[in-house]
Amino acid sequence: MSLGAFLALVSLSLLRGLGIPDSPFGPLSFGLPMVLAFFIALSLTALAAIIIDRILYLRLRRTGPIILLIAAVGMAFCLRNIIQFIWGPQPQYYIKAIQIARKIPLLGIRIKPDEIFIIIVVALLVIGLHFFLQKTKMGKAMRAASDNMELARVSGIDTEKVIMWTWAIAAALAAAGGILVGIEDKFITPDMGWQMLLPIFAAVILGGIGNPYGAMAGGMIIGLSGEISTAFISTAYKPAVAFIIMVIMLIIKPRGLFGTR
Amino acid sequence: MDTFIGILNYLVFFAITAGIYAVLCLGLNIQWGYTGLFNIGIAGFFAVGAYTSALLSGPPPGPLDWRTVGGFQLPWVVGLLGAIIASGIIAFFIGLLTLRLKEDYLAIATIGIAEVIRLILKNEGWLSNTVWGIKHIPSPLHQPIEAGVSSFLKGHPQLSPWLVHFISNAYNWFYLALVLVILGLLYWTSERSIRSPWGRVLRTIREDEAVAAVSGKNVFSFKLQSFVLGAMVMGMAGSLYAHYAKFIDASSFEPLYGTFFIWVMLIIGGSGNSKGAVLGAFVIWGIWAGTEFLTGPLALSGTQAGALRVIVVGVLLELTLLLRPQGILGEEKIVSRMLKK
Amino acid sequence: MILEARNIKAGYGEVEILHGISMGVDKAEIISIIGPNGAGKSTLMKTILGLLKPTHGKITFDGHDITGLSPDKIVRRGICYVPQTDNVFPSLTVEENLEMGAFIRKDDFRPRMKEVYGIFPDLKEAKRFRVRKLSGGQRQMVAMARALMLDPQVLLLDEPSASLSPKLVKLIFEKIVEINQSGVGVLMVEQNAREALKLCHRGYVLAMGHKKFEDTGQALLNNEKVGKLYLGG
Repeated sequence: MSLGAFLALVSLSLLRGLGIPDSPFGPLSFGLPMVLAFFIALSLTALAAIIIDRILYLRLRRTGPIILLIAAVGMAFCLRNIIQFIWGPQPQYYIKAIQIARKIPLLGIRIKPDEIFIIIVVALLVIGLHFFLQKTKMGKAMRAASDNMELARVSGIDTEKVIMWTWAIAAALAAAGGILVGIEDKFITPDMGWQMLLPIFAAVILGGIGNPYGAMAGGMIIGLSGEISTAFISTAYKPAVAFIIMVIMLIIKPRGLFGTR
Repeated sequence: MDTFIGILNYLVFFAITAGIYAVLCLGLNIQWGYTGLFNIGIAGFFAVGAYTSALLSGPPPGPLDWRTVGGFQLPWVVGLLGAIIASGIIAFFIGLLTLRLKEDYLAIATIGIAEVIRLILKNEGWLSNTVWGIKHIPSPLHQPIEAGVSSFLKGHPQLSPWLVHFISNAYNWFYLALVLVILGLLYWTSERSIRSPWGRVLRTIREDEAVAAVSGKNVFSFKLQSFVLGAMVMGMAGSLYAHYAKFIDASSFEPLYGTFFIWVMLIIGGSGNSKGAVLGAFVIWGIWAGTEFLTGPLALSGTQAGALRVIVVGVLLELTLLLRPQGILGEEKIVSRMLKK
Repeated sequence: MILEARNIKAGYGEVEILHGISMGVDKAEIISIIGPNGAGKSTLMKTILGLLKPTHGKITFDGHDITGLSPDKIVRRGICYVPQTDNVFPSLTVEENLEMGAFIRKDDFRPRMKEVYGIFPDLKEAKRFRVRKLSGGQRQMVAMARALMLDPQVLLLDEPSASLSPKLVKLIFEKIVEINQSGVGVLMVEQNAREALKLCHRGYVLAMGHKKFEDTGQALLNNEKVGKLYLGG
């Protein structure tokens, strides 16, 4: 996630360097370079994930899920520190301008134009993911492999290819998340992925592991309850709220709200 | 000669820290190495131990408040016992909730608890004095030893400077001995217990829970015991750390130092093997401390050097997983006495 | 013989289960493998499909050596497999299950899907349902239909009638004959030994990892020893 956000920063500065005009789109605070950087960062992050999978996880796949998890945590620390090594721990800015929220006449709420853009991008990503999982051959194979890896293999499905695609898509989505957070907050830090880790786990458990739609709904619930909680308790405890919801969920319905298996 | 004493004093400091890490590794080894419990919230138990001990035997944490607990200034041993009990109680409740679930849930729950604990320590002034941390935590027998040293030095003004240098470090030598005695006791107990029938059940659970269950063992109860015991050891390490550092704050218990390093140490040393756990702690801490000297010749800034060192440790971990998954020592084939032919 | 195994030894880890078994399937033949639990029937099937590597012996298919190939390569050559349990993708629809069976086909799989629906008309009715919601008998049909999507020359069935009601067992066996009549060789492991021998062309009796008998289905049914030892008198 941080990696994606930072790659976007790199691409952004590269593109600006290439002289692509940075005139902001209409009311938005950024322009064409940001949009191009978004796609470049997504692709590069996906590529990085595939490379890590080929070098590292492929060889550890047989050893069991926990060893894989340890390797992944180790990798996360490495990536985070590579970012820190190059850019330092202090926040990096995409755009320095401050945007003022405007009132939407009919709904009576105040919202920044950038935020509308973020909502649209998220909606597009959700629709895209849905289309991919339901309509494409690879998406269906991904669901099949998640149901039963062994059967997928004996049906002739190239499970290694499926795993590579899964990594690529997961990494690209994480990168997109990181960039969007960066657009909303205006800055990115190497440990932003870590900050989000707990809420993300909580959202996935809430929705039921293995259920992408549950995860989306879980994400909404966790995100909203975190924000609402700041009305009652200190903002510092936002991540704790996610955790508490998750613990309650584990006790009453460990398979998640929409879990089926 | 004076340089030599300087290096020696540094080595004592190094060994104390590595020894405390080794205690943490032994705790994790009980949970992961013996029983296969995936705890990635080590930092949480470490922190609970450190703060409990500091609150019981130290001065009040900060400006007094009606909610303030602690500042009892009790003897160090009480703090140590308190640390062990507090970590154990927290582990008991986490275990109760999660050990019946699949292993990944335990991982998520422990990482979550560790983060929540860190958030509380960072934000609750009455408990932990927030980011300013707890200062002036007394070290056991610090005053008598220092007093003894200074009166000895006063009585012998003609000693050569390097000898003075050496003797001034007496307290650290004492603390090192303390850490090593505790480490030795833990090592001995750990080795004894894994060879007992109890340890055999744990290893059976790690290899195949179903087998343990059909042979009539209450798998859940054994897992809970192992988890709580491991956490108690981690709490003990927290106490040892707090009374040596004399100052603690939430940043000492971040996941990098508090959890990730311990895992790297245990995996590289050889999980399931107490010797491996101790060896891993000293090797990795040695590499970590050793790479600190890279900063100079490579002309890196402080944060860059830090990041580079974490990358080195991370790469070492991945290489170990790929090339020598059993670690430097690997697990010994242990036959408990009941099974010996 | 289109599929032939010669002197196969295989097992799990250091435990050898099969101690040298030879057998074969001819084009469009139904072969039953029967025998008591632990005889090595499923192990033999897994070894043929490449899920287990034999320590000794040779497996050939269509004249080519396929010993030790990975399952997906063997599937590509035209041997498809239906495991005994977990043989469907429960969260996918019936049609998606069939599509997964045709995953490696580069051409249009829809004509083949039509043919498969021809054998299993019930499935066509239920094609939009998630397999999780289907009954045991329907799931078994989905599993077989999935394996047929590649138009295999040999179909391996591991206990297709396990845990089905007698009525459904009869239906599944009818389907197996129908599949066979469409030109597919069938190699099946069965607990319903009598029924399986009745419909098969030839049969093998395994016990303790050895081949005890080999004959036509009818001859095995009439064989007194086989009847006494393996068919319950």
